[in-house]
Amino acid sequence: MAEVLFFLAGIGAIAGAIGVVVVRNPFYSVLALVSHLVSLAALFLLLRAEFVAVAQVVVYAGAVMVLYVFVVAYVGGQDEPLGARPGRGLRVVAALFGAALFVELCIATLGSGLQAIGSEGAPVQPGYGSPAQIGELLLTRFLLPFEIASFLLLIAAVGAVVLARRRGGISAAEDQARYSAMDVLRPAYTGTMAEAVDGRSGNVRREALPVSGASAEYRGPDADEDD
Amino acid sequence: MSSVELFAWLTLLLPLAGTIVVALAGRRLSGRGAGYVATGAMTLSFASAVGALLALQGLHHEERQVRAVAWDYASTVGIDAQISLLVDPLSVFMILVVAGVSTLIHLYSIAYLDSDRGYVRFFAFLNFFVFSMLLLVLAGNFLLLIVGWAFVGAASYMLISFWYRRTTATNAGIKAFVINVIGDVGLVLGTFFIVRHTGSLDFLETFEGIKSDFSPNDADLVAGCVLLLVGAFAKSAQVPLHTWLPDAMEGPTPVSALIHAATMVTAGVYLIARMHPLFELAPTAADVGAVIGCLTLLIAGTIAIAVTDLKRVIAYSTMSQIGYMIMAVSAGAYAAGLFHLMTHAFFKALLFMAAGSVIAAMAGQQNLDRMGGFKRSLPFTYGCMVIGGLALAGIPPFSGFFSKDEILLLIGDRGGWYWILYVAGYVGAFLTGIYTFRMIFRAFWGDSVPEALELEEGHMHHPDVHSNPANGEIEDTEVGFPGPEHHIAEREPAMKIAMGTLALLAIVGGLLQIPKVTHVIDHFLEPTFAESALYERDPSDGLISFGLILGTIVGLAGIAIAYVVWVRKPGMAARVRARLRPLHGLFANKWYFDELIGVLVVRPAQWFGSFAQQTFERVFVNGVLVGGATGLVRVGSSAVRAAQTGFLRYYAAMLVVGMVGLTMYFLLLS
Amino acid sequence: MDIGWYLAVSALIFTIGAAGVLTRRSPLVVLLCLELMLNAGNLALIAFARMHGNADGQIFAIVVMVVAACEVTVGLGLIVAMHRRKLPIDVDELRELQG
Repeated sequence: MAEVLFFLAGIGAIAGAIGVVVVRNPFYSVLALVSHLVSLAALFLLLRAEFVAVAQVVVYAGAVMVLYVFVVAYVGGQDEPLGARPGRGLRVVAALFGAALFVELCIATLGSGLQAIGSEGAPVQPGYGSPAQIGELLLTRFLLPFEIASFLLLIAAVGAVVLARRRGGISAAEDQARYSAMDVLRPAYTGTMAEAVDGRSGNVRREALPVSGASAEYRGPDADEDD
Repeated sequence: MSSVELFAWLTLLLPLAGTIVVALAGRRLSGRGAGYVATGAMTLSFASAVGALLALQGLHHEERQVRAVAWDYASTVGIDAQISLLVDPLSVFMILVVAGVSTLIHLYSIAYLDSDRGYVRFFAFLNFFVFSMLLLVLAGNFLLLIVGWAFVGAASYMLISFWYRRTTATNAGIKAFVINVIGDVGLVLGTFFIVRHTGSLDFLETFEGIKSDFSPNDADLVAGCVLLLVGAFAKSAQVPLHTWLPDAMEGPTPVSALIHAATMVTAGVYLIARMHPLFELAPTAADVGAVIGCLTLLIAGTIAIAVTDLKRVIAYSTMSQIGYMIMAVSAGAYAAGLFHLMTHAFFKALLFMAAGSVIAAMAGQQNLDRMGGFKRSLPFTYGCMVIGGLALAGIPPFSGFFSKDEILLLIGDRGGWYWILYVAGYVGAFLTGIYTFRMIFRAFWGDSVPEALELEEGHMHHPDVHSNPANGEIEDTEVGFPGPEHHIAEREPAMKIAMGTLALLAIVGGLLQIPKVTHVIDHFLEPTFAESALYERDPSDGLISFGLILGTIVGLAGIAIAYVVWVRKPGMAARVRARLRPLHGLFANKWYFDELIGVLVVRPAQWFGSFAQQTFERVFVNGVLVGGATGLVRVGSSAVRAAQTGFLRYYAAMLVVGMVGLTMYFLLLS
Repeated sequence: MDIGWYLAVSALIFTIGAAGVLTRRSPLVVLLCLELMLNAGNLALIAFARMHGNADGQIFAIVVMVVAACEVTVGLGLIVAMHRRKLPIDVDELRELQG
């Protein structure tokens, strides 16, 4: 019975992973990831990590992915074009080294000579993986990591607010949307790192790259919103 | 400190004090004040030299080599350098000559350079030069000798290029300095060769241990002595390092009188005399010196017959007479050589002073072709010139006769192949008579040139436009060029006193050493040369009489020929010149030594310099080494920079590749 | 099931995530693939915890989840900021930090 469940959950996880990578529309990628997470939770359950499995579903799939969905909806996930630069070379590298990586990891873990891999694992107490044990561990042995992790969450929250805030309020956002004459007269790449490093200014490789204040929208090569 | 030491230090340091005072405060003194201060310092220095002489003579005969030590300069492994002077008869002789003649020349210069804007600078330099020369002759060890040697070279450079806005003068100064530096190198290397064996820099210690440190004609000793000779030749303008002396006539006439007649060029003679124990133990080197001296006196004599610049005739005459002195001290006739040094200082300085007066009357023009008939307008100058000329030509009873004769007598007495030098010496005396009186007859006899006519009427010739007499370039009279006024002896008492004193000395100086009658110089110098095998000599009476008579005849013959060619039959000179055109060309072009040195030394050096710049510096150092290093860095950094593409995915790919590689490595390792 | 199987699955998911990071152009999807890799790590941790019979691995996995959440927060905040400034949401276009 456990084997069947394992294969089902395993195939689900792998399918979800492949789906994340392959699917064009970011929204669907998110959904693929959610399914992947749920399968992974099943695998955790099989490994007798009940608390972690539930936490995975509730926190990860429930909160983090919901955040993802919100952002994708706000930003607008356009379908990605196929085969642009750096393109071909990078795909080959990705495939090749990905395969190499997989092989190596397998050799590393499975061929490592650890006896216990061939087994189901050590005998465990009844309370293994239960919330009680996790809680006890968190508050006794791993108190410091626990506190630091919560501190980290605080920092991340503050950081996210700072990053995404609107500077100066709503009216400022409207002001920022106005063109000025300098945006037309000033050469492209002015004030950018490219100008500092290469001295490149006014040398336009594609249409001028506007920085804060211009209202020119970035339209990807394929502005099709469908799918 | 004994009185000898005190007087020696005073003699040395008073000119230095004079330099400092004149250099710092000279501008505040009006008119000729700087000149008086400098001359005063020199007079006091001469007085101290006389005091040193008297104090030295008061010592016992064996004690007359006094070492005056100031302090230890450096005592380390193998070197014992002290600031010490050696006061012995030789050095006292030299300081008397140097200080005495310098005082008279200072006196002369007070008036001669009166209108020059660089008056103060001149006297500062002149005092500094005298200080250096005194340091050279008073030095008690090789270190101070080399220091004095170098200072003298530097002072000579400063004084030759005194009129520094004239390119001819600066070129001449550089030429003199470069050749002097070659001599300096020889001197230092020679010192090294010698000190390597003796282990001591001090003169007295070196001379005491010389017989135990070296075997006769030891290779190192000969090499060292030959290198010392190189130094002596460069300083004393002997062949082949002589080409700087005629060009050095670009300096003011007092400079020529002091440096290039009486003092600096005699430094080589002093060196050989001082180092006589070494030269006596290495006869090969001494022979080299004698041969070069002989060659020089002949070559310089022939050139002097053909050149037309008044000062250059006297310069070549100096070269020739120094050849006599070098020949003498190389052959062991030390007292004779030094005696000739003294008399030569007198009459040569006198000749230069008189020439300066004539040139002033010509308003700076030095060409003999343009002079004539100054006998009537410059009587005092003419008289001094004749006295100097007679002394130079070796006519009794003037001083030059006795000193030159003493030299040739002792050379003939040595026998062997030295007879060749004996004959050459008399040929040289014949040439001396010819060129000396050629100069006098051409400048003073004959029809008066316009400048002389002006002077006869009472006012000196004054050119409207001042120009360089050598190449005719127009110049002004501000700092760096000669001043607007010229001063002749007849109108300046200071010049008259100086020239008169020297004329007197030129006449009576010979009385100090008449063969078989007086031996003042011989006895005075004996303590220095006590261990010399060649010093005490007793030539036969027959040789003495023969030499005296031959010298007189040769000198008079030279004067007679000069009289006939340049006074009696005016066109004869031109005809002889036409008939012997190649020979005259050889003489007039100074035996092509300048061209020879140009081809052998200057041209290869220039080629090497341009090669170093064009090929080595530009291509190899700049291109390969520097460019290569920077190019390598640039290529390397651009290769590394290629990894910074800015693409995020590229960076991630590099991460993955790296991780794969590392994992592979660790897997293989395990 | 043997623990080895779980480890194999973890390696496979990790590789897929890596390939996705290298291949995709939208930073949103790149972050998602990063999540994949983190989850693969989580799986490996839990598996090893089970192998040893020790719950330390599970604590580690919880902390990893916390870190992943923070990273997602900040990363998405960046993307929102980029969108605000009308920058292209394309990893290949944002490459001014180059040498």
